[in-house]
Amino acid sequence: MAQTNSGGQGTNGVADESPNMIVYRKMEEVIARMQEEKNGIPIRTVKSFLTKIPSVFSGSDIVQWMIKNLDIEDQVEALHLGTLMAAHGYFFPISDHVLTLKDDGTFYRFQTPYFWPSNCWEPENTDYAVYLCKRTMQNKARLELADYEAESLARLQRAFARKWEFIFMQAEAQAKVDKKRDKIERKILDSQERAFWDVHRPVPGCVNTTEVDIKKSSRMKNPHKTRKSVYGLQNDIRTHSPTHTPAPEAKQPTEEELQEQITFWQLQLDRHRLKMSKVAESLLGYTEQYVEYDPFLTPPDPSNPWISDDTTLWELEASKEPGQQRVKRWAFGIDEVLKDPVGREQFLKFLESEFSSENLRFWLAVQELKKRPIREVPARVQEIWQEFLAPGAPSAINVDSKSYAKTTQNVKDPGRYAFEDAQEHIYKPRRRRVRTCSEGSCFQGKPLASKRLTSRLSSC
Amino acid sequence: MGEMEQLRKEADSLKDQITAARKAVQDTTLQEAVAGITVVGRVQMKTRKTLRGHLAKIYAMHWGTDSKLCVSASQDGKLIVWDSITTNKVNAIPLKSSWVMTCAYAPSGNFVACGGLDNMCSIYNLKGKDGNVKVMRELAAHTGYLSCCRFLNDSEIITSSGDCTCVLWDIETGTEKTIFTGHQGDCMSLAVSPDFKFFISGACDYTAKLWDIREGQCRQTFGGHESDINSIGFFPNGNAIITGSDDATCKLYDLRADQELITYQDSGIMCGVTSLAPSLSGRLILAGYDDFNVNIWDSLKAERVGVLAGHDNRVSCIGVSSDGMACCTGSWDSFLKIWN
Repeated sequence: MAQTNSGGQGTNGVADESPNMIVYRKMEEVIARMQEEKNGIPIRTVKSFLTKIPSVFSGSDIVQWMIKNLDIEDQVEALHLGTLMAAHGYFFPISDHVLTLKDDGTFYRFQTPYFWPSNCWEPENTDYAVYLCKRTMQNKARLELADYEAESLARLQRAFARKWEFIFMQAEAQAKVDKKRDKIERKILDSQERAFWDVHRPVPGCVNTTEVDIKKSSRMKNPHKTRKSVYGLQNDIRTHSPTHTPAPEAKQPTEEELQEQITFWQLQLDRHRLKMSKVAESLLGYTEQYVEYDPFLTPPDPSNPWISDDTTLWELEASKEPGQQRVKRWAFGIDEVLKDPVGREQFLKFLESEFSSENLRFWLAVQELKKRPIREVPARVQEIWQEFLAPGAPSAINVDSKSYAKTTQNVKDPGRYAFEDAQEHIYKPRRRRVRTCSEGSCFQGKPLASKRLTSRLSSC
Repeated sequence: MGEMEQLRKEADSLKDQITAARKAVQDTTLQEAVAGITVVGRVQMKTRKTLRGHLAKIYAMHWGTDSKLCVSASQDGKLIVWDSITTNKVNAIPLKSSWVMTCAYAPSGNFVACGGLDNMCSIYNLKGKDGNVKVMRELAAHTGYLSCCRFLNDSEIITSSGDCTCVLWDIETGTEKTIFTGHQGDCMSLAVSPDFKFFISGACDYTAKLWDIREGQCRQTFGGHESDINSIGFFPNGNAIITGSDDATCKLYDLRADQELITYQDSGIMCGVTSLAPSLSGRLILAGYDDFNVNIWDSLKAERVGVLAGHDNRVSCIGVSSDGMACCTGSWDSFLKIWN
């Protein structure tokens, strides 16, 4: 789905929400639609042997609904999106800890909004300990701990050895409250609680959707986040993440900063803008010109070595004999010539035949100077000056008087860019048509404007 | 009216005028302009190689210019240089800090760089005399985490940081040559223009900025995203930029029209974009998302033309080799995959 924007400047927003909130809100919009009475997923109570399974719908129901109501093309996409929503805990399979969507009769249930990720839960291990402990107190047959849960419980018992009496008491209290509830209600709440923990303490091997990129975690300043306990425990354990520094308050700009902003925006206003039609044309032209060189769109000739395991293509490229398609690419512009090592070689040969070799050698020396370590620069500047520019230089080059004067000054306080001016002016504008080079007229018909040439050459 | 109030009004008025100026050149939209061309056919790529070896989440990868070698950084505290064709590890470099967030390969192939929560950019020499890879420089001056770094050449590197600035360093002296300030939020990503004269940065203030490397100035600012910009890249012609954001969209901005051209979004995509890379011609944009997939977009028609599904966790980084032949993805599942 494409969309164009009238190009406003956007908010000056310092983030006041965790980036995940946008994702949660999107998913919650879909969930709300799924739960609608009229057009949502049909929720029912299923009778099974001696029990009733309340408030469920099947995996296929979800997939069908998505294909019908969302902009989704096929089952694969529906499963992908559905699994994503399940992994975040918005709905869950009632008989499994692993939160994925299956397109079959597996029963699913919606999560209660209290446990939604948008409430910014970061449940502590003490809460998890209370939960697992509580589970062991209840009807074993129904709520037996899985292996990984039993391991976690053992680990937590060791970690909280001193507090365990307190945790045990809390678990007992919770269990008592739960027992008093209506049986059907209990089934639903128990499953929702379990799904909550499946999100925050996932089965080993499952993706933990609550993991946050460390770049983002240092910025999250959600007021709800700190120390909210699922079971109303007072937590005195601090989180151990390495980057929980509170983000600074958004600063109001100072007068000086506003002044700078105004200068910037004024410059922006004055800049020349190209018409959209021209820009679109240029983009279209570029992609069309290069589509035959794009291996993702046009299979390379003879074959793509990655796919066919035949390295002929790479061998051809390494050889000194460029194919026709490759030479054609050089005609696109000077950048292409210089990007290709064989093209570069050919071009330099051509330059040597058209221009004096002194200019060329000077130009290359200056390029090389720019990449030198700073401590070598002053000596090299002197060498270049002596060779090419000083009175009586052995390889004297021709530079206009203005550039010569400037360069004389620069050489007294030598830096990497001492010869920048001279470099730009050695190629006097010679707008004559160029002659053919040895590679079969690859450079024919291309006038060489000095500034354009040097600016392109300076990037290689 | 107070001085501040007056200045604020002036700034706002200028912004409005700029919005109007941008509107004034909208004689068409990209959508209309390309109405006549057909969408690229379905792109189906397969995993050709899987690079195994990291033991924890991969946070970053970068291709070398030879299109064969690439470097990756993982929270297991290692930087690995891979020969992507043989899947061999050319170098496995142990890092001082395991909280690494970015890595880069120098165009010459002589150096790699990395950085992260240590707030530093460490440069490693791959071609040391005795064959050992050692730290050559530690560029320290940022007051926030290092989110991204890119070499200009063997003596200069640009870094972006959680302290809201980008810096151009002289590697030899280990000093800051230029500090680029202006972003109001953590800088998350940067990319250098094909002619090496400019670079762009995306930040948590939801904007992207174009910077002139030599002058040290911000030349243009682009807004429109509704959340952090995690990833940014140049369109191959150097005249347009692509951004990827936590708001689940990617956008194409043109530098010469000074505005957004199009947004890449889909109601079925809810998760943030972590990384992106254009194909060689620019016609395809490959973007990695938090939902473990890479979506391939037709950049002109703004339609999804392919999906790379193969990772078991978030795709954190993506790169297309310079010869355009291979796409490499890195994921929190600790694997890198080569697709084409």
